[in-house]
Amino acid sequence: MAVVATTEPGARPARAGRRASIPGWVGTVPFLAYVGVFLLLPTGIVIVDALKNPSGAWQFSSVTELGNPLVRTYFIGSLKLCLISSVIGAVFGAILAYAVASGNPDGVVRRLYLAASGVLAQFGGITLAFAFLTLLGPVGLLAHASWFYDFPWGIALIYAYFEIPLMVLVFMPAIDGLKVQWREASENLGASAWQYWRHVGGPLLAPAFIGSTLLLFANALSAFATIEAWESQIAYIVPQQISISLSSEVGLSNINYADVLALGMMVMVAIIMTGYALLQRRASRWLR
Amino acid sequence: MTSPMTRTQDGTARAGVEVRMDGLSRHYGPVVALDKLDLTVQAGELIALLGPSGCGKTTTLRLVAGLEDADAGRITVGGKDITHLSASKRDMGMVFQAYSLFPHMTARQNVAFGLRLRRIAAATRDKRAIEMLELVGLSTQADRYPHQLSGGQQQRVALARALAIEPQVLLLDEPLSALDAKVRAQLRDEIRRIQLEVGTTTLFVTHDQEEALAIADRVGVMKDGRLEQLAPPTDVYSRPATSFVAEFVGLTNRLAGTVSGQTVTVRGRDLPLVDPSTPAGPATALVRPEAVTLASDSTGDSGPLVGTVIAVTFLGATSRVTVDLGDTTILAQLTTADAAELPAGSRVALTIRPDPVLVSADSPALSEA
Amino acid sequence: MAAVTSLGESSLDRPAERPRGMQARRRRRLNLFRYLVFTVFGLFFILPLLAMTRFSLEGRTLGTWSLTAWKQIVSYSFPDLPPLLPAIEITLELAVISCVIVLVLLVPTMVWIRLRVQWLSRIFEFLCLLPLTIPAIILVVGLAPIYNFIRHYELSALMLFWAYVILALPYAYRALSAGLNAIDVPTLSEAARSLGASWFTVITRVIVPNMWQSILNATVLTSALVLGEFTIAYLLLYTNLQVELFSISRNTPNASVIFSTSVASLMFAFALLLILSFAGRRRQRGRG
Repeated sequence: MAVVATTEPGARPARAGRRASIPGWVGTVPFLAYVGVFLLLPTGIVIVDALKNPSGAWQFSSVTELGNPLVRTYFIGSLKLCLISSVIGAVFGAILAYAVASGNPDGVVRRLYLAASGVLAQFGGITLAFAFLTLLGPVGLLAHASWFYDFPWGIALIYAYFEIPLMVLVFMPAIDGLKVQWREASENLGASAWQYWRHVGGPLLAPAFIGSTLLLFANALSAFATIEAWESQIAYIVPQQISISLSSEVGLSNINYADVLALGMMVMVAIIMTGYALLQRRASRWLR
Repeated sequence: MTSPMTRTQDGTARAGVEVRMDGLSRHYGPVVALDKLDLTVQAGELIALLGPSGCGKTTTLRLVAGLEDADAGRITVGGKDITHLSASKRDMGMVFQAYSLFPHMTARQNVAFGLRLRRIAAATRDKRAIEMLELVGLSTQADRYPHQLSGGQQQRVALARALAIEPQVLLLDEPLSALDAKVRAQLRDEIRRIQLEVGTTTLFVTHDQEEALAIADRVGVMKDGRLEQLAPPTDVYSRPATSFVAEFVGLTNRLAGTVSGQTVTVRGRDLPLVDPSTPAGPATALVRPEAVTLASDSTGDSGPLVGTVIAVTFLGATSRVTVDLGDTTILAQLTTADAAELPAGSRVALTIRPDPVLVSADSPALSEA
Repeated sequence: MAAVTSLGESSLDRPAERPRGMQARRRRRLNLFRYLVFTVFGLFFILPLLAMTRFSLEGRTLGTWSLTAWKQIVSYSFPDLPPLLPAIEITLELAVISCVIVLVLLVPTMVWIRLRVQWLSRIFEFLCLLPLTIPAIILVVGLAPIYNFIRHYELSALMLFWAYVILALPYAYRALSAGLNAIDVPTLSEAARSLGASWFTVITRVIVPNMWQSILNATVLTSALVLGEFTIAYLLLYTNLQVELFSISRNTPNASVIFSTSVASLMFAFALLLILSFAGRRRQRGRG
């Protein structure tokens, strides 16, 4: 294996490679073992269990439970919430990212917003639901908003709180990639501000924008803590239903309900991520 | 370039217009980038603005392009005041240092962009884009994206794009500085050829003196936001107006001397002065290395013009020889064949050709440093 | 997959060029736009936090001020619930353990792959970014049986670190690989090896000091993630900080202590990221 490594294109003639008798891949065994047990194995368990009944026999029909009208409601609920919150997050996040990026690259405003975005994008969860509860909930300081517990708009507003910062983080590099010369060159050739965005800025940012939106969508899809703290009595979306079926024995009999739901989500995320990767590749063709 | 150049017939070569700058000033906070600049570019002329970074040459260009606002002063093009006109309405073609091509458009689309903004029919602008690409020798690369082109090719496309809109004025902002030496020289000559062909009034900004001297009708040497000298290349080189120009353009020896009347006496030789009104007294004379010739000296005498070779730098056809004169060192530029006769350590006798020389305002005591 | 953008490193990316100056008219328009955006978004982000802070300072009767809730962070306990302080402690411990394991697992493996087994790098990257497509809510379904097994040996909530390391992998990987990309690992290690250094010395004395910034980055991202994690702990029936806050809110919905603790943890994470961002600037200044 070490010989393979040294003849690989781009590989340096490793001094140690000739001397060592252990193959190179041995060095990665601890990592591979860890990932194998705590990432690949659980994923495999989900897939296998989704395709088996509790007694252990293969039963592909359990997957058809995804077509069950009740189950479909949760998936539609998830889709609605994610679509609304990711589009809101993407549009407003892009505006904010542009405002931040057009300032001093070394300035305090930029640092403050990026650090805050880092915290808020990752740190949503329980805390976030509490924060909005104190602002707009039944005892809210600003208003006792009647729509606070409405699905999907009430919760979408709370989701926007972590989706916008996430957009700032993932979209900022694309905006920074817009070179000043492109704007100046288009202006020089006679373009108005609107024509610049229509013909140059817009098309250049479009793949990154759509890609980032997909990432926001995936992020919202798997969010669970926020909605659980917002309303734990009624299940609207798939993750809540997974939680219920994991923590109680109730559920559709005869199949591994949680596994089937998880598999359904996995397929959704996989579709989104593939789209994201394709768009990103397109974007990088221009920006690199 | 090997590809044949066809001259376009549909009015590419239109008469240039005069560009006038009057008292143009620009500050960045406390920093004065441009200090009451007066400069007139004749119709169809190419002026190269030359100077170290921060001298205000790029600021001048950006003010003319309208990418920045002047704090004071006036810019007129063909007699029309454009000082407060927005950049997009100025009808100027600009070539930037690098990376200014739109990366999501092919070379052809880039060149056609300005025409598209002017709502010119697709067929017409396509034809014209191809013509412009032919002019810069890139018609075979028309459908490539910028990242598939080399740096030199990208700059050619940028030039074609700037010329496609038939601008009144062409502005070139160090367009060659990101290229390697050979491509740089080639493209430099080509820019000059195309400029003469289309006849557009052109401002060319560079920090490379060789480039400026090679390409321009007149060279403007700038320092601290002011023009030090504006003159044809030969004059800038052989009759520099200030010691800054003399030292920035070409290499210069600083030699202590004494001014009396029309001459300055340097190491026993009388040399004519560029500026006859120089006050008499001790001074520092600026002598070009190519005005110094060397001959092998076997007499063993010591004198003010006898020294020892301490280094020879091979430059190709010529070589630069450093000679130790005891109290100072002097650079001489010789043909490589001549320099080969004078290895390090040999005794040499110097001759200084009596070209007119400039005397530095600096005190001679400091100049030896 | 490989194209997924990191959440953390963009704070250190800097735009290559900025305008030297621009037309006064455009600058005025841009500044107006920026201040408008900053005000609107600033309000959106700050108001919920202010409301939550106000609630955390609520006295016994409505409208009064008191520090009680902040003092309760260390003393709060409620009948039938585990006390708050141990949950905080365990979460901080989890953050530390997860950071250590992530670094020990990733840094040597990444250096090793760069030096000896480049053909593994694509697979490695894929595995590291995989958790982005298998979010916590799906992973937890497959982790349940594995944790049933772990519980036979150890009951402590500290065991959550096994899963948290997986969650942190994508973020830590992106941060570290940005750092490694900036240095020429093969040349550095060849130079050190030729001077007689052992592999251990190469990694600890040569590579690590040169990627200090990205290690710090990975650490902060991992900590933030662990501090805010709810889903896995909750569904695997462990108690960490977020689960504890959730439980308290279920019992006494407006207990001020949940707000004070939330604000405190948010501020902690924000301070961490801000410090990181400024530390990064100082280093880059020093180099430039």
